[in-house]
Amino acid sequence: MSYLHRLIARIAAWFRRAELDRDFDDELKTHLSLLVEQNLRRGLSTEEAMREARLSMGNLVSLREKHRDTRGLPLLDTLLQDLRYTFRFLRRDIGFAFFAILIVGLGIGASAIVFSVLNTLLLRPLPFKDAERLVWIANLKSIPEQTTQVGHILDAREANQSFSELAAYFAYYSTGDLKLTGAGEPERLTAVPVSENFFRVLGVEPQAGRVFSEDECRIDGPPAVILTDALWKRRFASSPEIVGQTLQLNGRPVRVVGVMPASFDFSSSFTPGSRVDLFSPFPLTKETNRMGNTSAVVGRLKPGVTLESAQAEFHLLGQRLTTEHLSDRNEYQPALSSLRAHVTGRVRPAVIVLACAVAVVMLIVCANLSNLLLARNATRQKEMAIRVALGAGRPRLIRQLLTESIVLSGAGAVAGVAIAVIGTRVLTELDAFRIPLLSSVQVDFGVLTFTVVMALVTGLAFGLVPALQVPAIRVNETLKDSNRGSVGGRKHNWIRSSLVVTEIAFACLLLVGTGLLVRSFLRVLDVDLGFQPERLATLRIDPGGAESSTEAKRNAYFDEALRLVQNTPGIEACGLTDVLPLEGDRSWGVAGVGQVYDRENYPSAFVRIVSNGYFKTMGIPLLAGRDFTEHDRASSEQVIIINDTLARRLWPGQNPIGQMVTQDGGRRVVGVVGGVRHVTVEQESGSEMYLPIRQTDDFSAVELVVRTSLPEETAGTAIREALKPLDANLGATEFRRVQQLVDKATSPRRFVVMMLAGFSSFALVLAALGIYAVISYSVQQRTQEIGIRTALGASPGSLQARIILETLRLAAIGLVIGLGGSLILTRSLSSLLFGVESYDPTSFIGTVVVLIAVATVAGYFPARRASQIDPITALRSN
Amino acid sequence: MKETKSEILQGTLDLMVLQTLEAMGPLHGYGIARRIEQLSEHAVVVNQGTIYLCLIRLVQRKWIKATWGTSENNRKAKFYTITKAGQKQLKAEAEDWQRVSGVIGRLLQLTAGGKTS
Repeated sequence: MSYLHRLIARIAAWFRRAELDRDFDDELKTHLSLLVEQNLRRGLSTEEAMREARLSMGNLVSLREKHRDTRGLPLLDTLLQDLRYTFRFLRRDIGFAFFAILIVGLGIGASAIVFSVLNTLLLRPLPFKDAERLVWIANLKSIPEQTTQVGHILDAREANQSFSELAAYFAYYSTGDLKLTGAGEPERLTAVPVSENFFRVLGVEPQAGRVFSEDECRIDGPPAVILTDALWKRRFASSPEIVGQTLQLNGRPVRVVGVMPASFDFSSSFTPGSRVDLFSPFPLTKETNRMGNTSAVVGRLKPGVTLESAQAEFHLLGQRLTTEHLSDRNEYQPALSSLRAHVTGRVRPAVIVLACAVAVVMLIVCANLSNLLLARNATRQKEMAIRVALGAGRPRLIRQLLTESIVLSGAGAVAGVAIAVIGTRVLTELDAFRIPLLSSVQVDFGVLTFTVVMALVTGLAFGLVPALQVPAIRVNETLKDSNRGSVGGRKHNWIRSSLVVTEIAFACLLLVGTGLLVRSFLRVLDVDLGFQPERLATLRIDPGGAESSTEAKRNAYFDEALRLVQNTPGIEACGLTDVLPLEGDRSWGVAGVGQVYDRENYPSAFVRIVSNGYFKTMGIPLLAGRDFTEHDRASSEQVIIINDTLARRLWPGQNPIGQMVTQDGGRRVVGVVGGVRHVTVEQESGSEMYLPIRQTDDFSAVELVVRTSLPEETAGTAIREALKPLDANLGATEFRRVQQLVDKATSPRRFVVMMLAGFSSFALVLAALGIYAVISYSVQQRTQEIGIRTALGASPGSLQARIILETLRLAAIGLVIGLGGSLILTRSLSSLLFGVESYDPTSFIGTVVVLIAVATVAGYFPARRASQIDPITALRSN
Repeated sequence: MKETKSEILQGTLDLMVLQTLEAMGPLHGYGIARRIEQLSEHAVVVNQGTIYLCLIRLVQRKWIKATWGTSENNRKAKFYTITKAGQKQLKAEAEDWQRVSGVIGRLLQLTAGGKTS
């Protein structure tokens, strides 16, 4: 108890120290006067009495100091002293301070940015209520979208014991499904159809209005939509009156029943890099069951149920449902994963690699600053010696030096936070990047805490080595100034050289990693997509209600649209498709007529509904047979075009042209085309088939694709003008370049490569600085030696060569360590590599060349200075 | 070595100050120092300034409290009084001290006895 009292009293006393000092002075004065009086009474002279009194009180100055120490917080007092001293020291060399703060600032800024990404993607819960109990329930029998048939969802919902609720959204919505007309510019909007309980399961509430009612989630229920916050702000100026009003969507009146809050960003979690404007009701009924595998499923685990037990239950459930519905449903093989794993799992390795890279950068930063501080402290030896002579103890000096380095890193951290705030803001704007949750990356409390810890650790890390050099100071020698760069200097050099070697080794590691990923990225860009994205543009032109009512009207609409666009100047080719590459996929089972497959091995293929001219426009090569023509209509023979993979699968070693497939009661294969990378750029194309758009109504979107020589700005207007007779309400803003789709698909990779390239450049600059500093220092220390050598006839050239060789020796040691480490560590990169091996010689050799070049340049300047040393001046100087 | 010595001194000084205040009632720093010198017949010669380090420590532990008053020569002086907690502490420390000194005393006798026999 009494210790606690004492601590509180000490803190209180520290704040009242001026007042308490005065009190104590009063007390001492009284004491002295009483002593003097007593001495006078003893018969001493006034002078004697006062002398005696002072003698029995002891040294008053030191007493006051001791009193202050006993009473207050001496540690804080010395800390403040240290800080005052530090600021004086930093002001004296503002250049050094600026430089050091800049280096730490960049390092901590980069770490804070990476940490905020890591925090958002891997540490913080997803932006849903109790997000750790949300589970993604994929169907492994539906590739690539992992969707489940509605009937299975309904049965699983009834039968399962693990989940309190299962919700679903329709995964095959596409960009611009709904056309908004009425007040304002017409615009295509993207709506995600969701089940009635979807928002409830995720635990999100609308900020205005309500979620869908059961009535609205019936087939042919009252049409309703819920707006996203972004659309509400952009299109409706955040007006709360919008709730309850009707919008014209695809020519139909639809009531707005609610607005979701900004914190609920569907796309950033489920479909990163795309835009979602609205939510519409998705009925889970026998009608939607007939649509096949349609739904992405999210469940909320009951309390106490583990993911493993739920997976076990669903495994059996899937087998049972599949066998019970062999004839009337698709297969169901549920695979459960936490929603977080589903959302961020794919980018997880990349984020971890970035985190490791930034940690390496920080190590280089520390090594570099250690080196800088060592160099500075070398010039402060005399000052230190004087302080020691005046009675500063070793701990006090070490503390002083650590205070300096922590102040530097603290100032760097402030700069770093500023960099991180700007950096994260830039990241959130990168909506072209297909990285989940990127829009919610921010500098929050967690990041700030991280930065503070980082600043302390960094300050200690780079300050420790220089601070521990303090005991090496020998007062006498240093003050007598008799050091001729002897033993002490050599020891310093040893430490500094190993710091530089460390820097080079780490920089080497980063460069090899970056090299591997850059080369992978280039390989990805080099991939033959199966189509030529350059100069390709696309626009949604779904037929309206009237045009799509009958097949004849629909086909007339297509004919007219293609004719109008084809006749536009600057349009080289045009065609129609329902799905663009890299935008989404569905697959159907398909077999040659007469072929028998068991259920496990039944072939399936991605389906695209296209018009004549599509292959030519996209640059997809026709390998055999013919393209569709405008005469492939309902009245003519049912035809199909397949890709070479499907041809080999169905009729290995035979001519596929003229063969029949089971599709739609029999379609004749009229052509074979090359494969297209539809799912990801990295993934080979699978089996594909194309149906003529005039022979089916099984499509939910119509994209016009054009190859044009016109620049982007005029092409949109030109197409809109051309199509005016057909549709006066086309928005020109919805004109998209296909290259953008490709860029988006490679964007996560580009993101990592850009970040890593930044880190590596920074590391390289730091390593170069480190080399330069060490070599300069050693040249300066050996001025006399060099002077003597010159006097004895060493040529400037040989001196330069010697020093550059010394530089290269350091670089070589660093490289050997770094390359060895790289060989081991790059193996863990393999999941991120594409088309290169983890021991890719080009990356390794490239790194060696770059680092040796940088080391040579960094060593060249001090070497030249050394060769210009005038022997006479050198020998005269001390 | 130096530290241990001052520690022992510090502890003893605390005890002496507490006991003085318990026996004599409120006193200022000079009074306390003087009383200790007198009672110990100048065997304990404290540097009088040191008393104040001891006093501030005891005040902060709430074993004694200080109030401003006027000294016998009409000057502003701080008078120290022992508190309840201080009395308790004094009692405990006094007992400790007596026990230890008893043990030490006996030990010294034993050693002396061992030597003569």
